Amino acid sequence: MEIILNADGRKHRIAVDPRTTLLDALRERLGIYGPKKGCDHGQCGACTILLDGKRVNSCLALAVAHDGAEITTIEGLAADGELHPMQRSFIGHDAFQCGYCTPGQIVSAVGMLAEAEAGWPSHVTGDISAADMPLTDAEIRERMSGNLCRCGAYANIVPAIREAAEGRVPQ
Amino acid sequence: MKPFRYERAGDISGAVATLARERTGEFLAGGTNLVDLMKLEVMQPDVLVDVRCLTSAEIEDLPDGRLRIGAAVTNSELAADRRIRSRYPVLSQAVLSGASGQLRNLATTGGNLLQRTRCAYFYDTTTPCNKREPGTGCSALDGCNADHAILGASEQCVATHPSDMAVAMTALDAAVRIQGPGGEREIPITELHRLPGNEPQRDTTLEHAELITAVDLPRIGFAANSRYRKVRERASYAFALVSVAAALEVRDGVVSDVRIALGGVAHRPWRARTAEDALRGRPATEESFRGAAEAELAAAVPLRENAYKVPLASNVVTRILLDLSEGR
Repeated sequence: MEIILNADGRKHRIAVDPRTTLLDALRERLGIYGPKKGCDHGQCGACTILLDGKRVNSCLALAVAHDGAEITTIEGLAADGELHPMQRSFIGHDAFQCGYCTPGQIVSAVGMLAEAEAGWPSHVTGDISAADMPLTDAEIRERMSGNLCRCGAYANIVPAIREAAEGRVPQ
Repeated sequence: MKPFRYERAGDISGAVATLARERTGEFLAGGTNLVDLMKLEVMQPDVLVDVRCLTSAEIEDLPDGRLRIGAAVTNSELAADRRIRSRYPVLSQAVLSGASGQLRNLATTGGNLLQRTRCAYFYDTTTPCNKREPGTGCSALDGCNADHAILGASEQCVATHPSDMAVAMTALDAAVRIQGPGGEREIPITELHRLPGNEPQRDTTLEHAELITAVDLPRIGFAANSRYRKVRERASYAFALVSVAAALEVRDGVVSDVRIALGGVAHRPWRARTAEDALRGRPATEESFRGAAEAELAAAVPLRENAYKVPLASNVVTRILLDLSEGR
């Protein structure tokens, strides 16, 4: 089937087998290797992309079902050669070890902050009817629970995300 | 993954007609469970009919005070909706306690109701499983069954329903709107999911090519005083060992109305009517709550590894009612 994917600002027209996931289409067809294949079952978050602005597991989305979608991967976060603040914050905090989960962590964190700014509650939000909720470390950890880091870099990932959330990332 | 045909339709009727013409096949919405099961070849549909963009993605107020949730509303949008958060907090909490942010952004209301069990044997195609291959036997019955059912199971299947959202909707007396080849119908959510009996391959009462189009929540004033509590093996991103959805109304120290449903204990979300009946008109005390919980759990038939679920369920029911009665 022929579909169009708008990935990282470029329009691609490709023919795909219906079995192709967005993850495989991005990596194998478009040469966008930023999203990683970890578990391939929606459990690890390494494949996280922004799909029409929302963070999702690209390994569980069939490409044919997202014809015409707007996709942002880790490779499209940097604008005009300038790293996204979340990317700079991860570097500044040394928020990774092997780096395999990092593209998914960063894209997920960007999507997560947009959700928090929109006032979406989480499982650890004390009063879900409250107008606003502070983005505590517990909130960051809960909201990022779909991204696993088997090196265990969480101790630096949480402060990296908090700094980006507070707009304090140094240039 | 086995090859399949991918079909789109212009509207719901077209999608239903398309699938009705096929011998086997499935509707595709978010795909978070179905695509995974297809990768594992646990499910091997010949055709997928995409309905993600066909059913409503809106939550609308009905004139009589009910709230209608379109089947395509994502789990994220459902949990974040201000009306749900204030009128039915148990539902927001249940949805937020399940899966991850990424999955909730893809997963839909209709699909969440229809997700398959997480029984490890169902996923392992090298082992017998009556749900996956009827007649082959149940590996969990005498196998690793710590996660399995304590209520309503059969010799054929001891799997549990994995949804958190459905447990809250069951407590809230939701109605499920369905469109199929024979037209439209509406059923109480308690009549959607089945007990396994001799047909564990059938999770629900839906017929082939019937599509869930919406879920209606009745107006229940005291549902504003409701809560979901989930017990699992880690703090986040795990299925329930036991979960409880409850809403409570107390007048002059007496339980005037109550809704209770349990997750992680049966093949379907378990509406605790025995406990509810035991509570109405009783003093809102820990003694009443515990008595009602134990009356509900009296029917439990634990397996070798899951007897812990009986006191756990009883304790969680008692605690959640106590919290609700004290406004905590």
